[in-house]
Amino acid sequence: MRFQLTSEQGALRGAMRGALRRTAGAGSWGPVAPRGGAADGHSPAPLGGAAEPGASPPRLDRELWRTLGELGFFSLRLPEADGGAGLGLPEAVLVFEEAGRALVPGPLVATHLAAGEVPGAAEGEVVVAAADGRLVEWLQEADVVRPGAEGAVPMKSVDPLTPLHRVPAPARTDPVAVLLTAAEQLGTAGRACELAVQHARAREQFGQPIGAFQAVKHLCAQMLVRVEVARAAVYAAAVTAERADIAAARLLADEAAVRGARDCLQVHGGMGFTWECEVHLLLKRAWVRSERGGGGTESEELLAADLVA
Amino acid sequence: MDLSYTPEEEEFRARLREWLGKVLPTLPPKPSPDDWPGRRAYDLGWQRMLYDAGYADVHWEGTPSVRLIFLEETEKAGAPYVGANFVGLLHAGPTIAAEGTPEQRARWLPPVLRGEEVWCQGFSEPDAGSDLAALRTRARRDGDDYVVSGSKIWTSHAEVADWCELLVRTDPEAPKHKGISWLAMPMDAPGITVRPLRTLAGSAEFAEMFLDDVRVPVANRVGDENDGWRVTMVTLSFERGTAFVGEVVACRRVLGELAVAARRNGRWDDAALRRRLGRLNAEFRALWRLTQWNVSEAEASGGVPGVGGSVFKLRYSHARQELYDAAAEVLGPDSLDLERPWMPDRLSSLSYTIAAGTSQIQRNIVGERILGLPKGR
Repeated sequence: MRFQLTSEQGALRGAMRGALRRTAGAGSWGPVAPRGGAADGHSPAPLGGAAEPGASPPRLDRELWRTLGELGFFSLRLPEADGGAGLGLPEAVLVFEEAGRALVPGPLVATHLAAGEVPGAAEGEVVVAAADGRLVEWLQEADVVRPGAEGAVPMKSVDPLTPLHRVPAPARTDPVAVLLTAAEQLGTAGRACELAVQHARAREQFGQPIGAFQAVKHLCAQMLVRVEVARAAVYAAAVTAERADIAAARLLADEAAVRGARDCLQVHGGMGFTWECEVHLLLKRAWVRSERGGGGTESEELLAADLVA
Repeated sequence: MDLSYTPEEEEFRARLREWLGKVLPTLPPKPSPDDWPGRRAYDLGWQRMLYDAGYADVHWEGTPSVRLIFLEETEKAGAPYVGANFVGLLHAGPTIAAEGTPEQRARWLPPVLRGEEVWCQGFSEPDAGSDLAALRTRARRDGDDYVVSGSKIWTSHAEVADWCELLVRTDPEAPKHKGISWLAMPMDAPGITVRPLRTLAGSAEFAEMFLDDVRVPVANRVGDENDGWRVTMVTLSFERGTAFVGEVVACRRVLGELAVAARRNGRWDDAALRRRLGRLNAEFRALWRLTQWNVSEAEASGGVPGVGGSVFKLRYSHARQELYDAAAEVLGPDSLDLERPWMPDRLSSLSYTIAAGTSQIQRNIVGERILGLPKGR
């Protein structure tokens, strides 16, 4: 049993992390972008502009989408004969973890699942959105919506970087979509832990870094524990692809992301409550993702049924 | 990432399973928790059976994967726990194997494996529990002996132990981590008084131990004089690393039993309870995966489990308590009846967030040694 990343998997994850950092750094998007630089309506909306409170819904960055296509983000699991990398779910989970870590905006899961079925999706030329449960993300920016989203009504989305529509009839969810969402949550949870630790080491109060106080240190330790438990669950579900393993992965990853972002906000104190600090974006995205795939309730019921199966 | 085992490992699993199927029905009935001599005999007998069948040294030899399979299969089959052999097999044994001289290994290891000698642990003291290094039991050199005086507490199996892995202060002038030594103390030496302590679960699980000028040969020191803290850290990493593998399997079994019981008594119709059990299923599946991850990591890095064990212990000890709280919810008012299944375990689960380093200590370890946060002043 070698339940560890292979060197190829480690390299893939590292390459994706580096590429996303460069893309974010190029200024087209990125959670650390400062406020200002609002979209002019033609060029891709920088995150900072889109993130203005009360701004119009964000535009999807088509250049970012093509870059992700070039990186093989969408075509990863397609056979090599069809222009893909011929890789599997474990590799997909690793790149989605990185996307979640970098808080990449857009209907990543829907487009990834459409690769090979919707022309242009694999290359990042076409943006695909999907109704999932009672919600659709990025409906107006999408070129294709599958399954359809009849009767969709716009919401004022809590996440400034994920426009949302409500649909009247609940749509079925693909377990792979649930797993990839869990991977994104895992990435965000890891990022939240890292930000909290960075802050706790740098910020001084009462003459020492706040991370020296057990009240703060223990918050950070619990964040890491949740991340590591979720990581084991998500990676294992990627290997087995079993429904119950996927449901477990989503519950643990939701917990790690939502509670992790909350605790990260707490560690940041008053600064964490401001719009400028990126922490609220982690929490709001984690909330959005936790509603996918029927929410946690469906997973809990599935796992309860598994006990008596 | 791979969750499959090698053909050799699967062969080991099949052989073990077959053997367990044969021998478990021949075991005598389990002694009552308060019958310490009975428990000693029962646990040593089980170890002897493992020895005769060639499984005695599975905790020491073989790959971590094989140990994982052993713990998984013995638990699934309902085999006895290590019980009174716990300290010998999982603490003192590995420590002597790693740090002892050839003579020490030859003297102490075979009787542990053959199920002939029981060890207990003399680490904690009344005034130094979580701050283990603050221990004050003093060992003064006198010729070829140390003369030991002080007291120890939470000494499991003290009443029936042959040996004690004892931490003593050999240099009171040195900084607190520097003046400690690790001794093997024979429990029949004059000057040792053992007073059993009754736990909140009602059983005499451990004891207090008073040491009054007890003579321990210098030859019984494992590791260098005043180097005991380092030797101890080797022991504790075993304790936190793989000690709970079988228990996670047991918790998953209990959870399944709870679901069946809830269906039988109608509690299953309560959606909140059902979902709670579903969430616990996620919890213990994840903990089992984390176990496999940690074991794989240990295998890749050559054996000794690292501080990742603290991550596991933190989550597991709380999950175990939540499991038995859920059991109480399934039983309703019957949960107040200690004759009911799971309820004695509910009581004993309360020790998990305290023993082997409290959750608060584990969070300090995770915060400081993994996340690199500064120590408090």
